[in-house]
Parts: sequence; structure tokens; C-alpha cells
Amino acid sequence: MTRKKRRLMLVGLGMLLLGSATALTLTAFQDNLVFFYSPSDVQEKHVDPGRRFRLGGLVEEGSVHKDGTTVRFNVTDLNNSLPVSFTGILPDLFREGQGVVAEGALDGSGTFKAVEVLAKHDENYMPPEVAESLKKSGKWTGAETERMKEQGHPAGMTAPASAK
Amino acid sequence: MNDFLTMGGYGGYVWPAYAIALVVLVLVLVLTLRGAASSQKTLDLLQQARGGRRSRRGAAPVGDQAVTPSTVDTGAERP
Amino acid sequence: MHRFANPARFLRLATILLPWAVGVTVISLVAGLAYALVLSPADYQQGETVRIMYIHVPAAWMGMFAYTMMAIASAVALIWKHPLADLAGKASAPVGAAFTLICLVTGSLWGKPMWGTWWVWDARLTSMLILLFLYLGYMALQSAFDDPRRGQKAASVLALVGFVNVPIIKFSVDWWNTLHQPASVVKMGGPAIDASMLVPLLLMALAFKGYYVVVLLIRIRTEIAEAKIRTLRMAELHG
Repeated sequence: MTRKKRRLMLVGLGMLLLGSATALTLTAFQDNLVFFYSPSDVQEKHVDPGRRFRLGGLVEEGSVHKDGTTVRFNVTDLNNSLPVSFTGILPDLFREGQGVVAEGALDGSGTFKAVEVLAKHDENYMPPEVAESLKKSGKWTGAETERMKEQGHPAGMTAPASAK
Repeated sequence: MNDFLTMGGYGGYVWPAYAIALVVLVLVLVLTLRGAASSQKTLDLLQQARGGRRSRRGAAPVGDQAVTPSTVDTGAERP
Repeated sequence: MHRFANPARFLRLATILLPWAVGVTVISLVAGLAYALVLSPADYQQGETVRIMYIHVPAAWMGMFAYTMMAIASAVALIWKHPLADLAGKASAPVGAAFTLICLVTGSLWGKPMWGTWWVWDARLTSMLILLFLYLGYMALQSAFDDPRRGQKAASVLALVGFVNVPIIKFSVDWWNTLHQPASVVKMGGPAIDASMLVPLLLMALAFKGYYVVVLLIRIRTEIAEAKIRTLRMAELHG
């Protein structure tokens, strides 16, 4: 075998090994790499009160109530929902039907007390007129809800293990 | 025009984004051109000096030689 | 490939290509900026902040593209010992790092108003930051050794090892749940971007690509000149 061929094989083999090692490592750490849990995940995993984590899903329609400086709303993945309370500044995109990721912990009474609320948006880009006409023609309820219905989870969320 | 500058209230985010991109790309370009000019100048000087010596010896100018692996010295990084 | 082992040939090619690359860059940049800032609409959801996308996304694409070029150059240098391959990798690194930095900074400026935070450690953002570190590591390794050839070899190995990060960046938004949304352009089912916004995006992408080619050609030309300088100086010592 020529030296060039041997180098080629070594590099190829090295890349293959590296790729496999990375794939294995990432698979092993799957749970730790989860950026947020859905309400269904939270129910399933029986998360202890006080343990900090991120909750992700959609802001449930009709669930937003302002209580002075505190705002209350439900986060839903269309299978389960979890009540959240938050005192602080909400992002501009926060509204009912919008994707949301809240960081905080469950209190003893089953409410998620958030210390930070982030808005999550989908990957669709279009001018307002196009969005309006899609909504008018009844073809579109809002992309996050669409994806949730289609796939059982909002954009960027893997399906809860319990579903399907 | 005002809407263009304020970007619907998000001007403080949009304009710095464009500005930073511009600054970084211009900086890289300027450093690249400076490096090229400086190398070319040094090379010209060396080739002139060598050209003088070589023409006395009657050898071919340096520029046409293929740079083989043994003569390429990848050397230190230039910014 | 071996035709270009002769730098004189490469230099002739570069001299022909350069003005075209500059032309493409300037034209697509002017048109791209016109569309990005004026001739395209705001987004139904993200308003005027969507204009940041026209810098952020092309920068991300170029950061990943330049790294891929660097990795290929490193493989060619290590396997075939092609003399210009090292130079191509070296020349790519600072440009790729610059684009990656621009991607991260503009991403922050976009994330704060839309998400509500300057940064999160989700898979997409973290892997992009790792890409920047890989670039910096590559450039550092080159200078870290007394023998520059050893430094370049170490850097090439790092470039190859780090290449596994590139598909991770691309698929991070599919494999894990992230704050960063999924792909809008290169995805199954076609782009999720309205044509009026796809135009400035692709124009800016072309401008950045052209810029990369221009800077790369000039930098490789400089590297070749530097190599010649070293050769001449060595000859002088021994001649």
C-alpha cells in the first residue's frame, strides 16, 4: 500500500471513529441535552418541587391573566397543560397561542413559578398581508398550533415519550 | 424615513447588527490587503536584489520555479 | 488538482478570477442591502427585526462553509501533501472566524428583542460557539509550535476532528429541543420564507460568498509570496 493510500485510510478511519464516538456520546447524553420539558414530560417525570428546569410549550388560549405585576398563564402541549406564574417583563412576542419557554421550578401546589419567560417563534417568515390572507382563508390557525396538531409538539420539541 | 431609522422600535438592535457586520468584514479586508501589500513589497525587494546577483551569474529568475513540498515552508500565521 | 500545485498557475487563475469575484460581491451587496433594508417587508411576527436575518443567516452559512473548506484543505494537506492545501486552509480560517463571530453577535441582537434573552445554551447556539472556538484553536495551533510545519499539521488535525461539529450545528434544531427555531430555507417541503424575504437573503448570501472568494484569493496569494520570501531568504543564507 502506498503511503498516500495509508494516510487516506487513516484519515477516513479517524473521521469514522470520531463520528461514531460523537454519535454515541450525544445519544447517551440525550436527557441532559434536553433544553426544556413539555407539560406532558413534567407529568411523566414527576419533577420534584423546587428543582429548577425549563418548561416549554404553547401559551394556552384564554389562560393569560394579569394580577398586578404578576402574570398567570397555562403552558400546554395540547395533551397536558401546566399553570405558570411569573413576575417580570415578558418578551414582545409573548401572547396566547405563541410558543414559550419558561425557566423556574414547581411550587408545592403544582404551579410552575417562572423566573424567566422566553418567547419561542417558528421558522415561518412572511409579510403581514400574507399572514392575514392565510388566516382569512381559514388555512392557518398559527404555525405553532399547526405543528403541534400535526406532530404532537411545537417547533423544536421532540414528541413527549408518552404520546404515540 | 423615521420608520427606517427606528425600525419599528427595534432600531437599537437592527442597526448595531449591520454596523458590527460591516466593521468586522471591513477590518478583515483591510488586514488582508495590508498583508498582501507588505508581502509583495518584501518579495519585490528580495527579487530585485537577487535578480542583480543572478544576472551576474546568468541563472533564471526565481518566479517561474514550481514550489514543491520541499520548498514550501508554511511558516508562521499572518493576521 | 495537481495542475495547481504550481503556484504560478494558481496566481494566474487568481488574477483572472479576482475582478469577477469583486464584481459579484459589490453588485450583490448593493442589491442585497437595498432589498434587506428598504425593498422587503417586515415580518408578520417579528416585525423589522427580521432584517437582522439578512446578515445573521448568510454569516452562519459562510461560517460553516469556510470551516468545511478548511477541513477539506486539511484533509488534502494531510493525505496528499498538496502544497497549496495548507495555504488554502490557513487563508480560510480568519474569514470563517469573522463570519461566525458576526453570526453570534447578530444572533444575540436578534434574540434579545424576540426571545427575550441575549443568549441561551441550547444546542444550536452552543455548537455555533464551539465552531468559533475551533477556528480560534486552529489559528492558535499554527503559531504554537517552534516548527511551523508541525503547527500546521496539528491545526489540520484539529480542523478535521472539529468537522463533526458542522452537521451537529445543522441538525441541532431537529435532533434536540432548542429555543432556536428549525430551518426555514434548507428543509424538506421547501423554504418557509416568503419570496419577498428570500430575495434579500439569497442576495446577501451571494455577497458574503463573493467576499469570501475575494479575501481567500488575496490571502492565498499572500501566503505564496510569503513562502517565496522564506525560500529566497533560505537560499541567501546558503548561497
